[in-house]
Amino acid sequence: MPSIPGSEAYSSDKEKSMAELLKVENLKTQFHTEGGVVKAVDGISYHIDEREIIGLVGESGCGKSVSQLSVMQLISTPGEIVGGEVIFEGQDLLKYKTHGPEMRSVRGAKIAMIFQEPMTSLNPVLTINQQLTEMLELHLGMSKKVARERAIELLGMVGIPSAHNRIDDYPHQFSGGMRQRVMIAMALSCSPKILIADEPTTALDVTTQAQLLELMKDMVERFKASLVIVTHNLGVVARYAQRIYIMYAGRIVEEGTIKDIFGKPRHPYTIGLLKCIPRLDEEEGRKLVPIEGLPPNLINMPPTCAFLPRCSYKVERCFQEPWPPLKRLHDRHYISCYANTEEKTGEPTER
Amino acid sequence: MVEKHTSDIGFSEAPVRASEWRRFRRVFFERKLVTFGLVVLVLMVIAAAFAPLLTPYDPYELGDAGESLLQPGGEHLLGTDLLGRDTLSRLIYGARTALMVGFISVFISGFIGVPLGIIAGYFGGVINMVIMRAMDAIMCFPMLLLALLLAAVLREYDVISGIWVVIIALSIAIIPGYARVTHGVTLSIKENEYIMAQRAMGSSNMRVMFRHILPNAFPPLIVLVTMQLGALILAEAGLSFLGIGIDPPGAAWGAMVWDGYRYLANNTALWLSPGIAIALVVFAFNMVGDGLRDALDPRLRGLL
Repeated sequence: MPSIPGSEAYSSDKEKSMAELLKVENLKTQFHTEGGVVKAVDGISYHIDEREIIGLVGESGCGKSVSQLSVMQLISTPGEIVGGEVIFEGQDLLKYKTHGPEMRSVRGAKIAMIFQEPMTSLNPVLTINQQLTEMLELHLGMSKKVARERAIELLGMVGIPSAHNRIDDYPHQFSGGMRQRVMIAMALSCSPKILIADEPTTALDVTTQAQLLELMKDMVERFKASLVIVTHNLGVVARYAQRIYIMYAGRIVEEGTIKDIFGKPRHPYTIGLLKCIPRLDEEEGRKLVPIEGLPPNLINMPPTCAFLPRCSYKVERCFQEPWPPLKRLHDRHYISCYANTEEKTGEPTER
Repeated sequence: MVEKHTSDIGFSEAPVRASEWRRFRRVFFERKLVTFGLVVLVLMVIAAAFAPLLTPYDPYELGDAGESLLQPGGEHLLGTDLLGRDTLSRLIYGARTALMVGFISVFISGFIGVPLGIIAGYFGGVINMVIMRAMDAIMCFPMLLLALLLAAVLREYDVISGIWVVIIALSIAIIPGYARVTHGVTLSIKENEYIMAQRAMGSSNMRVMFRHILPNAFPPLIVLVTMQLGALILAEAGLSFLGIGIDPPGAAWGAMVWDGYRYLANNTALWLSPGIAIALVVFAFNMVGDGLRDALDPRLRGLL
């Protein structure tokens, strides 16, 4: 049995007892540009259970961020959510008005989001106190004084030293890592059910990345929240996520537990991704294999599989039939592929 | 050598907030003319505020028979006008009028123009189109002409009177300036990630616009306000010169120039003193505006 980092902490009996918290069905988001319609998210379905950590992995422009913004209904023109359902606590969030009070009471209070760029995610002209207490006053109706106490407490929790002194500082007095900590505190301030972290560590240096991911994991456990990690970095999710969704060109191409994805990847794209990650535990001299070609232009996509031009497993059927829906391999492992990728994988991708 | 040394120390050790303020002061006070402008404005504000204490005579009191059109010097430092009123006293009271018109107009037009600009920039689309095209339509008219027209209409229908006609007319005429500047900055500010983050936190559009975008738009607006104060005072002088300004006994620089202009050759002080006052104040506001722009514009950072 190959050992996957972080997977020991995750026992399979725990997984089955959890209730489904958010279910996204066939979500479609398009951007109407002058060059044509960009199908940024083209019918993705996924779900997240209570207190679960999932990873959403894909390269730039594959629609992973857009899918998360769609869940929050934060898509603005020329973008448009054209179909699908986002079921959260029995309600379809997409039925709410974008700027309506129902949707606003979900954002921040029930589902919170952390963005990629900590340097610009805080308003430069307001103090940390003003920004942190705003949410507490807005969603939880706290008084200014109580909110301030809570804000100081939250800053302490995310590891800001002498929080009561720093709370009246402005964002520019914090480093990038510190600001991301503030963002985490802010996002979790109203005890949301789900925290969406959109490339939370991409803009930070490697040592800070590890600390922040660890912090985020601890915090969601403490707040009993679920976490969606959106990233292009498989290494980031490998350690923390329990299940992973691999996205390509606006669709989910493979879904599985961390063991499935790292141990027995089945979609050609996932296999390719894993082949181009260097590892410390491999024998010297193995060459990294890049995925040939470029990601497709999302305007005027052919009905066939978008990965086809770059695929090394392609079979006759791929050219004739449209992109296949996700099919179940076993238990929680799904792929969207016609080819039989099993025999070719085996050795190089196993850990 | 010494200078280089000190700047190195300042760069590496000064806390960020202090150096920001220090940079502002350095750039702002570096130009002597800016400092001069600031001094002029401060003196003018003091003069306007304490006018009754500073004026040697009542500016409205008519002189006796022999006191008409006195030359400067003697008891009346800047002479008297046709009705024997002391020019210096009227000049000081004129500062009150000028500042009052300037500040109130700036406030009123800002109060309307800034929200319009933010709303147009933030929502875009049809809302943007309607607001900004309306602003463009107002901008088609030269400011003074529009103010003249508005003042005439307001006066004709007796809606308001006196100085308020000028204030309202000028306020409406400069609304587009605010709307345009605010619109422009809003477009760039709203692309920042913190705006998206705020929306993701459940802030309403109103909150995002007025708590998060507005304070970020302040630096260019402060510059605009300062520059427009000068322009407004000039426009007010123009209007009162044309007789649309404040009602007769009140003191306004433009009206004083008009009074004096009939005695161009024989009583120079009568028209020259309010003329100089107007020029000085407009110049002062422009200099301070320039200084503020240099000090607040992030694009000039590093160059100045």
